[in-house]
Amino acid sequence: MKPPPPKFKRFSCLSLLTSWDYRQTMDSYDVPESTPSASSRPEDYFVGATPLQKRLESIRKQTSFIPTPPRRKVPQCSQLQEDVDPQKVAFLLHKQWTLYSLTPLYKFSYSNLKEYSRLLNAFIVAEKQKGLAVEVGEDFNIKVIFSTLLGMKGTQRDPEAFLVQIQSKSQLPSENREGKVLWTGWFCCIFGDSLLETVSEDFTCLPLFLANGAESNTAIIGTWFQKTFDCYFSPLTINAFNLSWMAAMWTACKVDHYVATTEFLWSVPCSPQSLDISYAIHPEDAKALWDSIHKTPGEVTQEEVDLFMDCLYSHFHRHFKIHLSATRLVRVSTSVASAHTDGKIKILCHKYLIGVLAYLTELAVFQIE
Amino acid sequence: MSPQKRVKNVKAQNRISQGSNSFQTTLSAWKVKQGPSNSKNISKHGQNNPVGDYEHADDQAEDALQMAVEYFEKGPVKTSQNKDKTLEKHLKTVENVAWKNGLASEEIDVLLNIALSGKFGNAVNTRILKCMIPATVISQDSVVKAVSWLCVDKCSGSTKVLFYRWLVAMFDFIDRKEQINLLYGFFFASLQDDALCPYVCHLLYLLTKKENVKPFRVRKLLDLQAKMGMQPHLQALLSLYKFFAPALISVSLPVRKKIYFKNSENLWKMALLAVKQRNQGPSPEPLKLMLGPANVRPLKRKWNSLSIIPVLNSSSYTKECRKKEMSLSDCLNRSGSFPLEQLKSFPQLLQNIHCLELPSQMGSVLNNSLLLHYINCVRDEPVLLRFYYWLSQTLQEECIWYKVNNYEHGKEFTNFLDTIIRAECFLQEGFYSCEAFLYKSLPLWDGLCCRSQFLQLVSWIPFSSFSEVKPLLFDHLAQLFFTSTIYFKCSVLQSLKELLQNWLLWLSMDIHMKPVTNSPLETTLGGSMNSVSKLIHYVGWLSTTAMRLESNSTFLLHFILDFYEKVCDIYINYNLPLVVLFPPGIFYSALLSLDTSILNQLCFIMHRYRKNLTAAKKNELVQKTKSEFNFSSKTYQEFNHYLTSMVGCLWTSKPFGKGIYIDPEILEKTGVTEYKNSLNVIHHPSFLSYAVSFLLQESPEERTVNVSSIQGKKWSWYLDYLFSQGLQGLKLFIRSSVHHSSVPRAEGINYNNQY
Repeated sequence: MKPPPPKFKRFSCLSLLTSWDYRQTMDSYDVPESTPSASSRPEDYFVGATPLQKRLESIRKQTSFIPTPPRRKVPQCSQLQEDVDPQKVAFLLHKQWTLYSLTPLYKFSYSNLKEYSRLLNAFIVAEKQKGLAVEVGEDFNIKVIFSTLLGMKGTQRDPEAFLVQIQSKSQLPSENREGKVLWTGWFCCIFGDSLLETVSEDFTCLPLFLANGAESNTAIIGTWFQKTFDCYFSPLTINAFNLSWMAAMWTACKVDHYVATTEFLWSVPCSPQSLDISYAIHPEDAKALWDSIHKTPGEVTQEEVDLFMDCLYSHFHRHFKIHLSATRLVRVSTSVASAHTDGKIKILCHKYLIGVLAYLTELAVFQIE
Repeated sequence: MSPQKRVKNVKAQNRISQGSNSFQTTLSAWKVKQGPSNSKNISKHGQNNPVGDYEHADDQAEDALQMAVEYFEKGPVKTSQNKDKTLEKHLKTVENVAWKNGLASEEIDVLLNIALSGKFGNAVNTRILKCMIPATVISQDSVVKAVSWLCVDKCSGSTKVLFYRWLVAMFDFIDRKEQINLLYGFFFASLQDDALCPYVCHLLYLLTKKENVKPFRVRKLLDLQAKMGMQPHLQALLSLYKFFAPALISVSLPVRKKIYFKNSENLWKMALLAVKQRNQGPSPEPLKLMLGPANVRPLKRKWNSLSIIPVLNSSSYTKECRKKEMSLSDCLNRSGSFPLEQLKSFPQLLQNIHCLELPSQMGSVLNNSLLLHYINCVRDEPVLLRFYYWLSQTLQEECIWYKVNNYEHGKEFTNFLDTIIRAECFLQEGFYSCEAFLYKSLPLWDGLCCRSQFLQLVSWIPFSSFSEVKPLLFDHLAQLFFTSTIYFKCSVLQSLKELLQNWLLWLSMDIHMKPVTNSPLETTLGGSMNSVSKLIHYVGWLSTTAMRLESNSTFLLHFILDFYEKVCDIYINYNLPLVVLFPPGIFYSALLSLDTSILNQLCFIMHRYRKNLTAAKKNELVQKTKSEFNFSSKTYQEFNHYLTSMVGCLWTSKPFGKGIYIDPEILEKTGVTEYKNSLNVIHHPSFLSYAVSFLLQESPEERTVNVSSIQGKKWSWYLDYLFSQGLQGLKLFIRSSVHHSSVPRAEGINYNNQY
């Protein structure tokens, strides 16, 4: 908050998104034409040296000019490292997760996970009893388990992902030791370099949080994390612009056998009831369409995404005389994963887990920056 | 209170206010309806009430209450004919005051006595009991006295039930409970009464201590349960007994029962909230921030926390966690740490600033002025980062126009912004999070929502390069500026003036803190001045266009000139080497304005410009060295040009020669023959009325006045008259810029004789 010390340093800004994430109601396909003026004579820059000023700096850049039409890599085949536990990965797939973005955790330490589970357990019990008069003699039969998800990272610099589970203790001791899982949540950071650069070592950056289970549990656990590590959870929604990116990137993935059709859901806000338009395509057709559009190998560009969606629109228009571009895309599901605009995601394909998460991390980082 | 009931209540009060002719009842009825869900009624009803008389009415209400209490104390007067009417009137007074401000504990003492003594009828007792709402607390003695009335059995069963319900609801506001606990046996005996049983159970539940749990009571309870079946209230009490004395109760009780008691406080729900807020609510005064944790926010929809701003807690968890693996040195360090909860005064902060234990959630500092001091001087990067993240995310999350249908929380968001602005004013410094928030939210802003808060946030943008901030903020603001009403334009100009002032203050502090030479790039003085002057030019451009759009509105011009009053004094007031003149569009609009105060303000500004420029000039001559901040001769020229026009118009009556040049041919075409002196201090449209009244003052009986007669000596008398009318700006201007000689001439600043 004070004058910046004398230093002049450039740093990379996030090459991301043309629109402010919350702007759900507006479709942001119309990317303004303003080209990034590489102008900026040095004296036009106030380059602060404190991290706060740096951050402000990058926000200015993000907001001021739209970066070159973004390019992203097509998610590659499994980049999971060898030491990842296949059982745990299987556990993460085929579940619907609610997405949250999370600011860096202050003084989080991986060596204290045991301790954290004890504390969180106590906290949950205390919270659940709040509404009750006095709990007599009974104990809440839950157990909180923290565990790391080894190898769940994009680069070596990414902090380790970790998983929090709430299990009910089995009533009968003879039954198998593993109780029923009541709630699961996990924290991860895949290719979160841009965020890592700006924070000091007291912080652990795990910008993406995914939860599955009762909302009330998420609330309790989130509150505990917020109180303990001074972080902030906010629901991560996915706007139509990003959904179409997902559609394109996931269609571009090579999948050995398709488990689901490629499906889009559009919503038309009309009274008295809103109208939903579902559009299902055979995944191979979608892939064929993509291949006809796709030029640069290994990369997806903004033009390609737009073209892909335009092709779908015009096809639909030819048959039904409805301009889908005037409606709002709310859900995309493919064989790789499916995503809903409310911030719900389900990952189906083991191979592209990291790729999907990398994009979600990017969105989460954008939200907290 | 259920919504339906409340509506009824409000209706009743409406009737009161219409029926009664005493003013204070009307007002208090109006005030009562300020409950959150009744806002519609306020607007409907409140319009007729002059709020200005409010305090007066308050006093009246006090007196009326006194009278009412005395009336009740004396008891009903049998003989009086309009007994019912008086009773009704006094009852209403009590009700209104109670619901509005609550009653003092003495008043409650008296009225409670009356309600339970059965002096009046049942209906009256009920009404009195219902409005026993404390202003702050209820004294224990009143409760004990009231219970003693229950023993003599003067009141009906329904009154008793209501009394117990009231006792349960107000339990937390009773100042002490030892005496009441001594009556435990009496209450327990009342369990016999079927009607009272649930409420007595609830009261006992609140009252029970370990020593109250006795075998005979357990037996009695089990008997009751056998008689009445599994009643939730009995179960509650039993489970509590079991909790205290597990050995005494062997019956199994169902676990996890959420609701044991019917909510007996619902009659008083609104009142309770009000009392709680009164007892610990934040003080409304600006700049007086709360010391310590004070956060009562009754309704909160989110899971995040009870209130937007987290409650202050020292990080107990980290302490606990570290205990195990603490090294010796850590241990030594931490032993001296100072817990936040004990921090109450500024000297304490100073003494312990090195070992302060920081809050677990940094956002909580926003409500704590002491910690804001700390935040202000701390260089610890994680502390600032934590605060930054928290504030940015909260602003994003709470901002009401990001999400559809979020507008119902507008009030909350407004309050939050107010808190932030208070903190910024307190620190005299803007937060980076707010700036970042503005970048993102300003393009989506409608210009209406939270307008004053938003514009204040703008005025607290930390100093930075104008050209960099312009496309992010000011361009968006300009769009709103040009398309909105004149009031919006004025408020924008006002906040830009404050922004300028904040920047200037910051810069003037900054310069004095460090030598100019080793400042970093672009925070060099030159760069900073450049940025400030760009801001001023930008506002000049905005103002000129706005003047055109609003067809030279005087009102707008006042705000514009206010801005330039700041601008003209930068050199002297802030000791910064910058003089920027106003654009011609503003200068001439002001000079030709029909409003005297505008012209006066213009004179004052010109006078200050002159002072600043001469001071700058003097400095230059003294220093002799050519520093980079010498003003270009263009500034002097420009000033002299303005000065010539002004003196030409107002003083020498040669308006269109120098300064404003208009071709004589065009002037001829206008057909005005005497144009030369038509703009001097006598004939200028804004001075003409002064001239006339000056002449009338001299010779009141005169039927026709000839203003041209003001000449020679009269001219200077006239000037004295003008000055005596409060035109100080004009006085200063004429004293400094015009030579009193036979040939008045403008005295410009000579810019040619430099060096």
